[in-house]
Amino acid sequence: MDEMKDAVLEYIVDEYLDEDDDDEVSFDSPLISSGIVDSFSMVSLKRFLENKYSIKLPDEEATPEAFDTVNSICILVNKHLG
Amino acid sequence: MAFSDSTRGLFTDEIEKIKENGLFKEKRFICSEQDAEIEVEYPEGAAHKKVLNFCANNYLGLSSHPDVIKAAHEGLDARGYGMSSVRFICGTQDIHRELQDKVSAFLGMEDTLLFPSCMDANSGVFEAILGQEDVIIADRLIHASLVDGIRLCSAEYDTFKHMNMKHLEKKLKLHQDKRTRLVVTDGVFSMDGDLAPLDEIVDLCNRYDAMLLVDDSHASGFIGKTGRGTHEYFDVIDGIDLITTTFGKGLGGASGGCVSGRSELIELCRQKARPYLFSNSLAPPIVNGSIKVINIISGSTERRDKLEWNTKYFREKMEEAGLNMRPGVTPIVPVMLYNAKLANDIARDMYAEGIYVIGFCFPVVPAGKARIRVQLSAAHEKEHLDKCVEAFRKVGDKYGILGLGKNEIIEKYGN
Repeated sequence: MDEMKDAVLEYIVDEYLDEDDDDEVSFDSPLISSGIVDSFSMVSLKRFLENKYSIKLPDEEATPEAFDTVNSICILVNKHLG
Repeated sequence: MAFSDSTRGLFTDEIEKIKENGLFKEKRFICSEQDAEIEVEYPEGAAHKKVLNFCANNYLGLSSHPDVIKAAHEGLDARGYGMSSVRFICGTQDIHRELQDKVSAFLGMEDTLLFPSCMDANSGVFEAILGQEDVIIADRLIHASLVDGIRLCSAEYDTFKHMNMKHLEKKLKLHQDKRTRLVVTDGVFSMDGDLAPLDEIVDLCNRYDAMLLVDDSHASGFIGKTGRGTHEYFDVIDGIDLITTTFGKGLGGASGGCVSGRSELIELCRQKARPYLFSNSLAPPIVNGSIKVINIISGSTERRDKLEWNTKYFREKMEEAGLNMRPGVTPIVPVMLYNAKLANDIARDMYAEGIYVIGFCFPVVPAGKARIRVQLSAAHEKEHLDKCVEAFRKVGDKYGILGLGKNEIIEKYGN
Protein backbone atom coordinates (compact mmCIF):
# COMPACT_ATOMS: atom_id res chain seq x y z
CA MET A 1 0.00 0.00 0.00
CA ASP A 2 2.81 2.45 0.92
CA GLU A 3 4.52 1.80 -2.40
CA MET A 4 1.29 2.52 -4.22
CA LYS A 5 0.76 5.74 -2.26
CA ASP A 6 4.27 6.89 -3.13
CA ALA A 7 3.73 6.14 -6.82
CA VAL A 8 0.37 7.94 -6.95
CA LEU A 9 1.74 10.94 -5.05
CA GLU A 10 4.74 11.14 -7.36
CA TYR A 11 2.46 11.07 -10.41
CA ILE A 12 0.20 13.80 -9.01
CA VAL A 13 3.12 16.12 -8.21
CA ASP A 14 4.58 15.57 -11.68
CA GLU A 15 1.28 15.76 -13.58
CA TYR A 16 -0.54 18.55 -11.75
CA LEU A 17 1.94 20.88 -10.06
CA ASP A 18 4.19 23.39 -11.78
CA GLU A 19 7.83 23.71 -10.75
CA ASP A 20 7.11 27.07 -9.14
CA ASP A 21 3.96 25.87 -7.37
CA ASP A 22 3.78 26.54 -3.63
CA ASP A 23 1.34 23.66 -3.00
CA GLU A 24 2.62 20.78 -0.92
CA VAL A 25 0.78 17.54 -1.38
CA SER A 26 0.65 14.72 1.16
CA PHE A 27 -1.32 11.45 1.28
CA ASP A 28 -4.36 13.15 2.80
CA SER A 29 -4.21 16.54 1.04
CA PRO A 30 -7.47 17.37 -0.71
CA LEU A 31 -6.88 17.28 -4.46
CA ILE A 32 -10.24 17.96 -6.10
CA SER A 33 -11.84 20.17 -3.46
CA SER A 34 -8.66 22.30 -3.30
CA GLY A 35 -8.58 22.72 -7.06
CA ILE A 36 -5.19 20.98 -7.63
CA VAL A 37 -7.00 18.42 -9.79
CA ASP A 38 -10.28 19.34 -11.48
CA SER A 39 -12.98 17.14 -12.91
CA PHE A 40 -11.71 17.80 -16.45
CA SER A 41 -8.06 16.95 -15.85
CA MET A 42 -8.92 13.98 -13.59
CA VAL A 43 -8.97 11.85 -16.75
CA SER A 44 -5.14 11.83 -16.85
CA LEU A 45 -4.97 10.44 -13.31
CA LYS A 46 -7.60 7.79 -14.04
CA ARG A 47 -5.70 6.66 -17.17
CA PHE A 48 -2.44 6.46 -15.18
CA LEU A 49 -4.04 4.27 -12.50
CA GLU A 50 -5.69 1.97 -15.03
CA ASN A 51 -2.48 1.50 -17.01
CA LYS A 52 -0.13 1.12 -14.06
CA TYR A 53 -2.28 -1.34 -12.13
CA SER A 54 -3.96 -3.03 -15.12
CA ILE A 55 -7.45 -2.34 -13.83
CA LYS A 56 -10.60 -0.70 -15.18
CA LEU A 57 -12.15 1.96 -12.94
CA PRO A 58 -15.86 2.32 -13.74
CA ASP A 59 -16.94 5.94 -14.27
CA GLU A 60 -19.54 5.67 -11.49
CA GLU A 61 -16.77 4.86 -9.01
CA ALA A 62 -14.19 7.33 -10.34
CA THR A 63 -15.94 10.20 -8.57
CA PRO A 64 -14.42 13.47 -7.36
CA GLU A 65 -14.91 12.16 -3.79
CA ALA A 66 -13.01 8.92 -4.50
CA PHE A 67 -10.23 10.90 -6.18
CA ASP A 68 -9.95 13.59 -3.51
CA THR A 69 -6.87 12.28 -1.67
CA VAL A 70 -4.02 9.88 -2.38
CA ASN A 71 -5.38 7.73 0.46
CA SER A 72 -8.89 7.50 -1.02
CA ILE A 73 -7.48 6.85 -4.51
CA CYS A 74 -5.44 3.91 -3.20
CA ILE A 75 -8.48 2.45 -1.40
CA LEU A 76 -10.35 2.51 -4.73
CA VAL A 77 -7.46 0.98 -6.66
CA ASN A 78 -6.99 -1.78 -4.07
CA LYS A 79 -10.65 -2.65 -4.26
CA HIS A 80 -10.28 -3.31 -7.97
CA LEU A 81 -6.99 -5.16 -7.60
CA GLY A 82 -9.08 -7.65 -5.65
CA MET B 1 -49.70 18.55 -9.10
CA ALA B 2 -46.42 17.02 -10.20
CA PHE B 3 -44.31 19.78 -8.65
CA SER B 4 -45.05 18.79 -5.03
CA ASP B 5 -43.79 20.59 -1.93
CA SER B 6 -41.16 17.93 -1.37
CA THR B 7 -39.97 18.24 -4.99
CA ARG B 8 -39.83 22.02 -4.61
CA GLY B 9 -37.87 21.54 -1.38
CA LEU B 10 -35.14 19.64 -3.23
CA PHE B 11 -34.50 22.59 -5.50
CA THR B 12 -34.82 25.16 -2.70
CA ASP B 13 -32.15 23.25 -0.76
CA GLU B 14 -29.84 23.28 -3.75
CA ILE B 15 -30.28 27.04 -4.22
CA GLU B 16 -29.56 27.55 -0.50
CA LYS B 17 -26.39 25.49 -0.85
CA ILE B 18 -25.22 27.74 -3.69
CA LYS B 19 -25.84 30.76 -1.44
CA GLU B 20 -24.03 29.16 1.52
CA ASN B 21 -21.00 28.51 -0.69
CA GLY B 22 -20.91 32.17 -1.70
CA LEU B 23 -21.54 31.30 -5.36
CA PHE B 24 -25.00 32.80 -5.81
CA LYS B 25 -25.19 35.13 -8.79
CA GLU B 26 -27.36 38.14 -8.06
CA LYS B 27 -29.55 39.83 -10.66
CA ARG B 28 -28.17 43.04 -12.12
CA PHE B 29 -30.03 45.05 -14.72
CA ILE B 30 -28.49 47.43 -17.25
CA CYS B 31 -31.04 50.14 -18.06
CA SER B 32 -29.15 51.74 -20.94
CA GLU B 33 -27.22 50.75 -24.05
CA GLN B 34 -24.06 48.73 -23.47
CA ASP B 35 -21.23 51.26 -23.36
CA ALA B 36 -18.39 52.69 -21.28
CA GLU B 37 -20.95 54.54 -19.14
CA ILE B 38 -24.08 52.59 -18.25
CA GLU B 39 -27.08 52.85 -15.95
CA VAL B 40 -27.46 49.94 -13.56
CA GLU B 41 -30.30 48.74 -11.35
CA TYR B 42 -28.59 46.86 -8.54
CA PRO B 43 -29.71 45.42 -6.26
CA GLU B 44 -33.00 44.62 -7.98
CA GLY B 45 -35.48 47.42 -7.34
CA ALA B 46 -32.81 50.00 -6.39
CA ALA B 47 -32.68 53.39 -8.07
CA HIS B 48 -30.68 53.44 -11.30
CA LYS B 49 -27.03 54.35 -10.82
CA LYS B 50 -24.68 55.70 -13.48
CA VAL B 51 -21.39 53.80 -13.42
CA LEU B 52 -18.36 53.27 -15.62
CA ASN B 53 -18.38 49.76 -17.02
CA PHE B 54 -15.12 47.83 -16.61
CA CYS B 55 -16.51 44.30 -16.82
CA ALA B 56 -17.98 43.98 -20.33
CA ASN B 57 -16.47 42.08 -23.25
CA ASN B 58 -17.14 45.18 -25.35
CA TYR B 59 -13.45 45.34 -26.26
CA LEU B 60 -13.83 47.39 -29.44
CA GLY B 61 -16.71 49.54 -28.18
CA LEU B 62 -18.89 48.40 -31.07
CA SER B 63 -21.90 47.17 -29.07
CA SER B 64 -23.72 50.46 -29.55
CA HIS B 65 -21.86 51.87 -32.53
CA PRO B 66 -24.28 53.90 -34.71
CA ASP B 67 -23.10 52.29 -37.97
CA VAL B 68 -23.64 48.80 -36.53
CA ILE B 69 -27.09 49.73 -35.24
CA LYS B 70 -27.95 51.19 -38.66
CA ALA B 71 -26.76 48.03 -40.43
CA ALA B 72 -28.85 45.90 -38.08
CA HIS B 73 -31.92 48.03 -38.94
CA GLU B 74 -31.19 47.58 -42.63
CA GLY B 75 -30.91 43.82 -42.15
CA LEU B 76 -34.24 43.82 -40.38
CA ASP B 77 -35.86 45.81 -43.19
CA ALA B 78 -34.31 43.87 -46.06
CA ARG B 79 -34.30 40.29 -44.76
CA GLY B 80 -36.83 40.24 -41.93
CA TYR B 81 -36.80 39.32 -38.25
CA GLY B 82 -36.21 35.58 -38.21
CA MET B 83 -35.83 32.49 -40.36
CA SER B 84 -38.16 29.98 -38.69
CA SER B 85 -35.89 27.24 -39.97
CA VAL B 86 -32.53 25.64 -39.36
CA ARG B 87 -29.81 26.43 -41.89
CA PHE B 88 -30.00 23.30 -44.05
CA ILE B 89 -33.76 23.41 -44.64
CA CYS B 90 -34.67 27.00 -45.50
CA GLY B 91 -32.76 29.03 -42.90
CA THR B 92 -29.76 30.22 -44.93
CA GLN B 93 -29.88 33.64 -46.55
CA ASP B 94 -27.38 35.21 -48.89
CA ILE B 95 -26.23 37.41 -45.99
CA HIS B 96 -25.27 34.32 -43.93
CA ARG B 97 -22.99 33.30 -46.80
CA GLU B 98 -21.63 36.85 -47.05
CA LEU B 99 -20.79 36.96 -43.32
CA GLN B 100 -19.10 33.55 -43.48
CA ASP B 101 -16.96 34.63 -46.43
CA LYS B 102 -16.01 37.89 -44.70
CA VAL B 103 -15.02 36.07 -41.52
CA SER B 104 -12.89 33.58 -43.48
CA ALA B 105 -11.07 36.43 -45.20
CA PHE B 106 -10.62 38.37 -41.95
CA LEU B 107 -9.27 35.41 -39.98
CA GLY B 108 -7.20 34.08 -42.92
CA MET B 109 -9.01 30.73 -42.94
CA GLU B 110 -10.36 28.59 -45.81
CA ASP B 111 -14.00 28.44 -44.78
CA THR B 112 -16.37 29.39 -41.95
CA LEU B 113 -19.64 28.10 -40.51
CA LEU B 114 -21.91 30.21 -38.32
CA PHE B 115 -23.37 28.83 -35.09
CA PRO B 116 -26.01 30.35 -32.79
CA SER B 117 -23.20 31.03 -30.28
CA CYS B 118 -19.54 30.14 -29.75
CA MET B 119 -20.77 27.94 -26.92
CA ASP B 120 -22.65 25.99 -29.61
CA ALA B 121 -19.66 26.01 -31.95
CA ASN B 122 -17.50 24.53 -29.19
CA SER B 123 -20.17 22.03 -28.24
CA GLY B 124 -20.50 20.74 -31.80
CA VAL B 125 -17.12 20.89 -33.47
CA PHE B 126 -15.34 17.96 -31.78
CA GLU B 127 -18.09 15.39 -32.25
CA ALA B 128 -18.40 16.40 -35.91
CA ILE B 129 -14.77 15.83 -36.84
CA LEU B 130 -13.34 13.22 -34.44
CA GLY B 131 -14.07 9.62 -33.46
CA GLN B 132 -12.93 7.12 -30.87
CA GLU B 133 -9.66 6.45 -32.74
CA ASP B 134 -8.57 10.04 -32.10
CA VAL B 135 -7.34 12.02 -29.11
CA ILE B 136 -7.90 15.60 -27.97
CA ILE B 137 -5.12 17.16 -25.91
CA ALA B 138 -6.33 20.31 -24.16
CA ASP B 139 -4.84 23.05 -22.01
CA ARG B 140 -6.26 22.66 -18.49
CA LEU B 141 -7.68 26.19 -18.37
CA ILE B 142 -9.68 26.16 -21.61
CA HIS B 143 -13.15 27.66 -21.59
CA ALA B 144 -16.01 25.62 -20.09
CA SER B 145 -17.78 25.36 -23.47
CA LEU B 146 -14.75 23.58 -24.95
CA VAL B 147 -14.73 21.21 -21.99
CA ASP B 148 -18.41 20.43 -22.63
CA GLY B 149 -17.79 19.85 -26.34
CA ILE B 150 -14.83 17.56 -25.63
CA ARG B 151 -16.94 15.51 -23.23
CA LEU B 152 -19.68 15.13 -25.86
CA CYS B 153 -17.18 13.63 -28.33
CA SER B 154 -16.26 9.95 -28.46
CA ALA B 155 -12.54 10.71 -28.91
CA GLU B 156 -10.24 10.04 -25.98
CA TYR B 157 -9.02 13.19 -24.26
CA ASP B 158 -6.07 14.26 -22.18
CA THR B 159 -4.91 17.54 -20.68
CA PHE B 160 -1.67 19.46 -20.29
CA LYS B 161 -0.59 21.98 -17.65
CA HIS B 162 -1.61 25.53 -18.49
CA MET B 163 0.69 26.85 -21.25
CA ASN B 164 3.38 24.30 -20.32
CA MET B 165 5.03 23.27 -23.58
CA LYS B 166 7.16 20.53 -22.05
CA HIS B 167 4.03 18.89 -20.72
CA LEU B 168 2.22 19.27 -24.04
CA GLU B 169 5.16 17.61 -25.81
CA LYS B 170 5.05 14.75 -23.32
CA LYS B 171 1.35 14.23 -24.06
CA LEU B 172 1.87 14.43 -27.82
CA LYS B 173 4.54 11.71 -27.55
CA LEU B 174 2.25 9.60 -25.36
CA HIS B 175 -0.56 9.66 -27.92
CA GLN B 176 1.35 8.93 -31.12
CA ASP B 177 -0.58 5.66 -31.49
CA LYS B 178 -3.88 7.49 -32.17
CA ARG B 179 -5.27 8.13 -35.67
CA THR B 180 -5.19 11.91 -35.21
CA ARG B 181 -4.31 14.32 -32.43
CA LEU B 182 -6.11 17.62 -31.89
CA VAL B 183 -4.52 20.16 -29.56
CA VAL B 184 -7.02 22.60 -28.05
CA THR B 185 -6.32 25.95 -26.41
CA ASP B 186 -7.83 29.36 -25.85
CA GLY B 187 -5.96 32.11 -27.71
CA VAL B 188 -6.43 34.54 -24.82
CA PHE B 189 -7.45 32.97 -21.52
CA SER B 190 -10.43 34.83 -20.16
CA MET B 191 -9.58 34.85 -16.46
CA ASP B 192 -5.83 35.55 -16.61
CA GLY B 193 -5.68 37.48 -19.87
CA ASP B 194 -2.59 35.53 -20.91
CA LEU B 195 -1.77 34.60 -24.51
CA ALA B 196 -1.28 30.96 -25.43
CA PRO B 197 2.19 30.66 -27.03
CA LEU B 198 0.82 29.69 -30.43
CA ASP B 199 4.22 29.85 -32.12
CA GLU B 200 5.52 27.10 -29.84
CA ILE B 201 2.27 25.14 -30.00
CA VAL B 202 2.23 25.22 -33.81
CA ASP B 203 5.84 24.02 -33.82
CA LEU B 204 4.95 21.08 -31.56
CA CYS B 205 1.89 20.26 -33.65
CA ASN B 206 4.04 20.16 -36.78
CA ARG B 207 6.64 17.94 -35.10
CA TYR B 208 4.13 15.48 -33.67
CA ASP B 209 1.55 15.51 -36.48
CA ALA B 210 -1.29 17.15 -34.58
CA MET B 211 -4.08 19.52 -35.62
CA LEU B 212 -4.67 22.71 -33.63
CA LEU B 213 -7.93 24.36 -32.55
CA VAL B 214 -7.85 27.82 -30.96
CA ASP B 215 -10.82 29.49 -29.27
CA ASP B 216 -10.11 33.16 -29.99
CA SER B 217 -13.27 34.62 -28.47
CA HIS B 218 -11.29 37.02 -26.27
CA ALA B 219 -8.95 38.01 -29.14
CA SER B 220 -10.81 38.29 -32.45
CA GLY B 221 -10.90 41.86 -33.65
CA PHE B 222 -8.10 43.31 -31.54
CA ILE B 223 -5.15 40.97 -30.83
CA GLY B 224 -2.43 41.11 -33.49
CA LYS B 225 -1.35 44.19 -35.40
CA THR B 226 -4.50 44.24 -37.55
CA GLY B 227 -6.75 42.54 -34.99
CA ARG B 228 -7.01 39.13 -36.67
CA GLY B 229 -6.36 37.38 -33.41
CA THR B 230 -3.78 35.45 -31.44
CA HIS B 231 -2.54 33.64 -34.56
CA GLU B 232 -1.66 37.00 -36.11
CA TYR B 233 0.06 38.13 -32.88
CA PHE B 234 2.39 35.10 -33.09
CA ASP B 235 2.61 35.20 -36.91
CA VAL B 236 1.33 31.63 -37.33
CA ILE B 237 -1.85 32.18 -39.35
CA ASP B 238 -1.13 29.21 -41.65
CA GLY B 239 -0.42 26.92 -38.71
CA ILE B 240 -3.96 26.99 -37.31
CA ASP B 241 -6.44 24.33 -38.43
CA LEU B 242 -9.54 25.58 -36.62
CA ILE B 243 -10.57 28.80 -34.89
CA THR B 244 -13.76 29.12 -32.91
CA THR B 245 -14.87 32.61 -32.02
CA THR B 246 -17.84 34.74 -31.06
CA PHE B 247 -19.73 37.77 -32.29
CA GLY B 248 -20.82 38.30 -28.68
CA LYS B 249 -17.68 40.06 -27.44
CA GLY B 250 -15.38 42.36 -29.43
CA LEU B 251 -17.17 41.77 -32.73
CA GLY B 252 -20.28 43.79 -31.94
CA GLY B 253 -21.32 41.94 -28.81
CA ALA B 254 -24.78 40.75 -29.92
CA SER B 255 -24.68 36.97 -30.25
CA GLY B 256 -23.56 34.17 -32.51
CA GLY B 257 -20.31 32.34 -33.08
CA CYS B 258 -18.50 30.36 -35.72
CA VAL B 259 -15.99 27.68 -36.56
CA SER B 260 -13.44 28.77 -39.15
CA GLY B 261 -10.63 26.73 -40.66
CA ARG B 262 -9.68 23.94 -43.06
CA SER B 263 -12.47 23.48 -45.60
CA GLU B 264 -12.87 19.72 -45.04
CA LEU B 265 -13.31 20.22 -41.30
CA ILE B 266 -15.85 22.99 -41.85
CA GLU B 267 -17.73 20.78 -44.32
CA LEU B 268 -17.93 18.02 -41.69
CA CYS B 269 -19.32 20.55 -39.21
CA ARG B 270 -21.90 21.57 -41.83
CA GLN B 271 -22.91 17.92 -42.25
CA LYS B 272 -22.69 16.70 -38.66
CA ALA B 273 -22.45 19.37 -35.94
CA ARG B 274 -25.62 19.05 -33.90
CA PRO B 275 -25.97 22.65 -32.63
CA TYR B 276 -25.72 23.76 -36.28
CA LEU B 277 -28.15 21.14 -37.56
CA PHE B 278 -30.77 21.49 -34.85
CA SER B 279 -31.08 25.20 -34.12
CA ASN B 280 -31.67 28.37 -36.10
CA SER B 281 -28.69 30.46 -37.13
CA LEU B 282 -28.20 34.15 -36.42
CA ALA B 283 -31.19 36.38 -37.11
CA PRO B 284 -30.88 38.75 -40.12
CA PRO B 285 -30.35 41.98 -38.11
CA ILE B 286 -27.44 40.38 -36.25
CA VAL B 287 -25.96 38.98 -39.46
CA ASN B 288 -26.06 42.42 -41.07
CA GLY B 289 -24.68 44.09 -37.94
CA SER B 290 -21.84 41.55 -37.83
CA ILE B 291 -21.01 42.16 -41.52
CA LYS B 292 -20.73 45.86 -40.71
CA VAL B 293 -18.44 45.10 -37.75
CA ILE B 294 -16.09 43.05 -39.96
CA ASN B 295 -16.11 45.86 -42.56
CA ILE B 296 -15.26 48.48 -39.91
CA ILE B 297 -12.34 46.56 -38.43
CA SER B 298 -11.06 45.35 -41.83
CA GLY B 299 -10.90 48.95 -43.04
CA SER B 300 -9.14 50.51 -40.05
CA THR B 301 -7.14 49.49 -37.00
CA GLU B 302 -8.14 52.66 -35.17
CA ARG B 303 -10.30 50.91 -32.57
CA ARG B 304 -7.86 48.10 -31.72
CA ASP B 305 -5.04 50.68 -31.62
CA LYS B 306 -7.01 52.75 -29.10
CA LEU B 307 -7.70 49.63 -27.04
CA GLU B 308 -3.98 48.83 -27.07
CA TRP B 309 -3.19 52.35 -25.89
CA ASN B 310 -5.86 52.15 -23.19
CA THR B 311 -4.47 48.82 -21.97
CA LYS B 312 -0.92 50.12 -21.74
CA TYR B 313 -1.94 53.36 -20.03
CA PHE B 314 -4.26 51.64 -17.53
CA ARG B 315 -1.67 49.03 -16.58
CA GLU B 316 1.02 51.70 -16.07
CA LYS B 317 -1.23 53.84 -13.86
CA MET B 318 -2.41 50.85 -11.83
CA GLU B 319 1.20 49.80 -11.35
CA GLU B 320 2.05 53.31 -10.13
CA ALA B 321 -0.90 53.16 -7.74
CA GLY B 322 0.50 49.94 -6.27
CA LEU B 323 -2.10 47.39 -7.30
CA ASN B 324 -0.98 43.79 -7.70
CA MET B 325 -1.77 42.64 -11.25
CA ARG B 326 -0.99 39.65 -13.39
CA PRO B 327 1.40 40.90 -16.06
CA GLY B 328 0.18 40.90 -19.66
CA VAL B 329 -0.63 42.81 -22.80
CA THR B 330 -4.32 42.03 -23.32
CA PRO B 331 -7.29 44.20 -22.24
CA ILE B 332 -8.11 41.61 -19.55
CA VAL B 333 -6.37 42.94 -16.44
CA PRO B 334 -6.65 40.68 -13.37
CA VAL B 335 -6.17 42.67 -10.14
CA MET B 336 -4.98 39.93 -7.80
CA LEU B 337 -6.43 39.82 -4.28
CA TYR B 338 -6.13 36.05 -3.57
CA ASN B 339 -8.80 36.14 -0.82
CA ALA B 340 -12.39 35.67 -2.05
CA LYS B 341 -14.02 37.91 0.55
CA LEU B 342 -11.50 40.67 -0.09
CA ALA B 343 -12.19 40.49 -3.85
CA ASN B 344 -15.95 40.75 -3.32
CA ASP B 345 -15.61 43.54 -0.70
CA ILE B 346 -13.40 45.61 -2.98
CA ALA B 347 -15.72 45.07 -5.98
CA ARG B 348 -18.64 46.28 -3.83
CA ASP B 349 -16.73 49.38 -2.72
CA MET B 350 -15.66 50.09 -6.31
CA TYR B 351 -19.32 50.04 -7.32
CA ALA B 352 -20.03 52.61 -4.61
CA GLU B 353 -17.31 54.73 -6.24
CA GLY B 354 -19.09 54.43 -9.60
CA ILE B 355 -16.90 51.72 -11.10
CA TYR B 356 -18.57 48.48 -12.16
CA VAL B 357 -16.21 45.53 -11.71
CA ILE B 358 -16.76 41.99 -10.45
CA GLY B 359 -14.82 39.76 -8.04
CA PHE B 360 -14.00 36.25 -9.24
CA CYS B 361 -13.20 33.37 -6.91
CA PHE B 362 -13.04 29.55 -6.77
CA PRO B 363 -14.28 27.56 -8.66
CA VAL B 364 -14.32 30.12 -11.52
CA VAL B 365 -10.60 30.71 -10.84
CA PRO B 366 -8.23 28.39 -8.91
CA ALA B 367 -8.63 28.33 -5.12
CA GLY B 368 -6.60 31.07 -3.43
CA LYS B 369 -6.35 33.15 -6.60
CA ALA B 370 -9.39 35.42 -6.22
CA ARG B 371 -9.22 38.60 -8.23
CA ILE B 372 -11.12 41.46 -9.79
CA ARG B 373 -11.06 41.12 -13.55
CA VAL B 374 -10.91 44.55 -15.19
CA GLN B 375 -11.80 44.58 -18.88
CA LEU B 376 -10.83 47.52 -21.01
CA SER B 377 -12.60 48.83 -24.08
CA ALA B 378 -11.92 51.14 -27.00
CA ALA B 379 -15.05 52.94 -25.77
CA HIS B 380 -13.16 54.05 -22.63
CA GLU B 381 -11.71 57.55 -22.75
CA LYS B 382 -8.62 58.56 -20.77
CA GLU B 383 -10.75 60.21 -18.08
CA HIS B 384 -12.67 56.94 -17.59
CA LEU B 385 -9.40 55.11 -17.05
CA ASP B 386 -8.16 57.79 -14.64
CA LYS B 387 -11.38 57.58 -12.64
CA CYS B 388 -11.10 53.79 -12.40
CA VAL B 389 -7.45 53.96 -11.26
CA GLU B 390 -8.33 56.65 -8.71
CA ALA B 391 -11.13 54.49 -7.31
CA PHE B 392 -8.77 51.50 -7.04
CA ARG B 393 -6.26 53.75 -5.27
CA LYS B 394 -8.90 54.95 -2.78
CA VAL B 395 -10.42 51.53 -2.10
CA GLY B 396 -7.02 49.80 -2.14
CA ASP B 397 -5.79 52.28 0.47
CA LYS B 398 -8.83 51.55 2.66
CA TYR B 399 -7.91 47.86 2.68
CA GLY B 400 -4.17 48.56 3.03
CA ILE B 401 -3.13 46.57 -0.05
CA LEU B 402 -1.37 49.25 -2.10
CA GLY B 403 2.23 48.30 -2.82
CA LEU B 404 1.78 44.82 -1.39
CA GLY B 405 2.91 41.70 -3.26
CA LYS B 406 1.21 38.32 -3.36
CA ASN B 407 2.66 36.96 -0.11
CA GLU B 408 1.97 40.17 1.81
CA ILE B 409 -1.68 40.27 0.72
CA ILE B 410 -2.11 36.61 1.65
CA GLU B 411 -0.39 37.22 5.00
CA LYS B 412 -2.81 40.05 5.72
CA TYR B 413 -6.06 38.49 4.49
CA GLY B 414 -5.39 34.76 3.96
CA ASN B 415 -6.25 32.93 0.76
